[in-house]
Amino acid sequence: MELLISLIIGVLTASGVYLSLRGRTFPVVLGLTLLSYAVNLFLLVMGRLTIGTPPIITETATRYADPLPQALVLTAIVISFGMTAFVIVLSMKAFLEMGNDQVDGKHKP
Amino acid sequence: MMNHIAIFPVILPLLTGIVLLLLPGQQWVFKRCISLIAVFLQIIMAIMLIGMVNQGEILAYALGNWSPPFGIVLVADRLAAWMLIITALVAFCALVYAVQGTDKAGAHFHTLFQLQLFGLNGAFLTGDLFNLFVFFEILLLASYSLLLHGGGRLKTKAGLHFVVINLVGSTLFLFAVGTLYGLLGTLNMADLAVKVANMPEHDATLIRIAGLLLFAVFALKAALLPLYLWLPAAYAHTTATVAALFAIMTKVGAYSILRVYTLIFGAQAGSAANLIEAWLLPMALLTLIVGVLGAVASSRLRQQIAYLVIASIGTLLTAIGINTEAGITAGLYYLPHSTFAAAAFFLLADCIANRRNVMDDQFEPGPTIQQQRLLGISFFILAILIAGMPPLSGFIGKFMILNAALSHPALPWIMGVMLITSLLTLIALARGGSMLFYRAQAPHICSIDPEADKLRSLSSVVKELAPVATLLTLSMALVLCAGSATEFTSAIAKQLLQPEMYIQSVLNMEVKQ
Repeated sequence: MELLISLIIGVLTASGVYLSLRGRTFPVVLGLTLLSYAVNLFLLVMGRLTIGTPPIITETATRYADPLPQALVLTAIVISFGMTAFVIVLSMKAFLEMGNDQVDGKHKP
Repeated sequence: MMNHIAIFPVILPLLTGIVLLLLPGQQWVFKRCISLIAVFLQIIMAIMLIGMVNQGEILAYALGNWSPPFGIVLVADRLAAWMLIITALVAFCALVYAVQGTDKAGAHFHTLFQLQLFGLNGAFLTGDLFNLFVFFEILLLASYSLLLHGGGRLKTKAGLHFVVINLVGSTLFLFAVGTLYGLLGTLNMADLAVKVANMPEHDATLIRIAGLLLFAVFALKAALLPLYLWLPAAYAHTTATVAALFAIMTKVGAYSILRVYTLIFGAQAGSAANLIEAWLLPMALLTLIVGVLGAVASSRLRQQIAYLVIASIGTLLTAIGINTEAGITAGLYYLPHSTFAAAAFFLLADCIANRRNVMDDQFEPGPTIQQQRLLGISFFILAILIAGMPPLSGFIGKFMILNAALSHPALPWIMGVMLITSLLTLIALARGGSMLFYRAQAPHICSIDPEADKLRSLSSVVKELAPVATLLTLSMALVLCAGSATEFTSAIAKQLLQPEMYIQSVLNMEVKQ
């Protein structure tokens, strides 16, 4: 499972970096979204992968899942969600004001 | 009551922002009063906080009474108090300029302004790495909207670049924080410092990578070479008030570098000790060169000031990069000077640009500026201030930095770069000033526009220059009280270079039940 998760994080990050280097706003926004997915998964995995273990203290449990990364991920998800919404609106505004969807705002003839 | 003072500078702007949001849209007088009073209160609080930490106490505040390292702590030490007072003073002057009319360009200017202060104050006070990320996001989100205040094609374009590069920066920050947590199991800065000092050898490489990733993020916020490209356009195209407030924003990056790389990756950090020493000084010097070259090549006044902001960050980080007590002392003296100078210059540039009709702030011969004597004198004083000529605070700051560099092995480089760039700054400003003031011609068309008449009157200029004069007075105060100011910054440097005190007071704090 570790291999699978790390592969997913790697692929997401690589695609995110590639897309955010593109010249149009839509791929850039998609790239940023993929990057934030990758980092959310990464944060979650930093609490180590465990299955079926409780995050809070119980009398019977012998192993525990780390609850802190889950809280961190929740915060990171909320922030990246808000940021994505903002950047979508901003790129719409840029498209309407500059008449094209290039990140550098230049017309291609 | 006094126990809670560490959280007031964070809570107050947040509450003010919310209250301003609830007010109906048209009550501008009311909104402006509330906003001004709130920022004024922040100045008073910062002064009180300085009084409380002056003797070397470190006030740790456990949020929700969760004892560290499990809960989030706010930590007020000398450095935090110093940053808070600078922020509050710059914000007050920027706000005084804004209430003269530019705030009406967007409905929620005052709310966003307060939220920006919320993020800034929080970032200076927090003692938790993830919480630092959260406050970064708060101040960035407010700054995205402030940057676009007033609207316009150029602002949108600069804003888009600013937002995208900062989102990538936030992602990197999270990767670094995640790695540190995964390896060390804590995010509290004091606890991280202890754990990094005792880290197992097989984790050392990964921890160093995480530390350097963090440096990349902070360098992006501070606009260090090569991550400065977002700054000139963003600062040059935004409203004057916002640009003046943003003069403190690059300093957040410098603050974070200073905090994290003295506390967590400082001299005590085992195999990650002095992690960025090899990188910081050369990059800071290169930033200084690039900033000044940009200022020489600028075609507009605001663009020139934006490049001078980059140059000032280069100077500041050079001082920090010297990595001695004297260097940090000099850097912390230079920090408020450069912030006040840049903020005042952005405000003055707006005054000038408003009086040149279509020429705006371009360096081309334009119409004679109304009240050009007063504006010209202000320009001259500010140019001397920002170039670092005697007798103003820039000179003392640069002198202290050069003095601190005397014992550094890279002395010829630091000396050479700093002195040559100072000369180039002077040339750039002289060129700009003569273009704006000497090569002006009388206007061909007499305008009978009542709006232009209003701009011509002496009282309007005096009103607009009031915040500039306040910032100048603050710089003068830095000169007149140079003795006590350097004493305080030297105390900050001492405290930073002995992180045991910080670690002790955070980790051993008693949580009252």
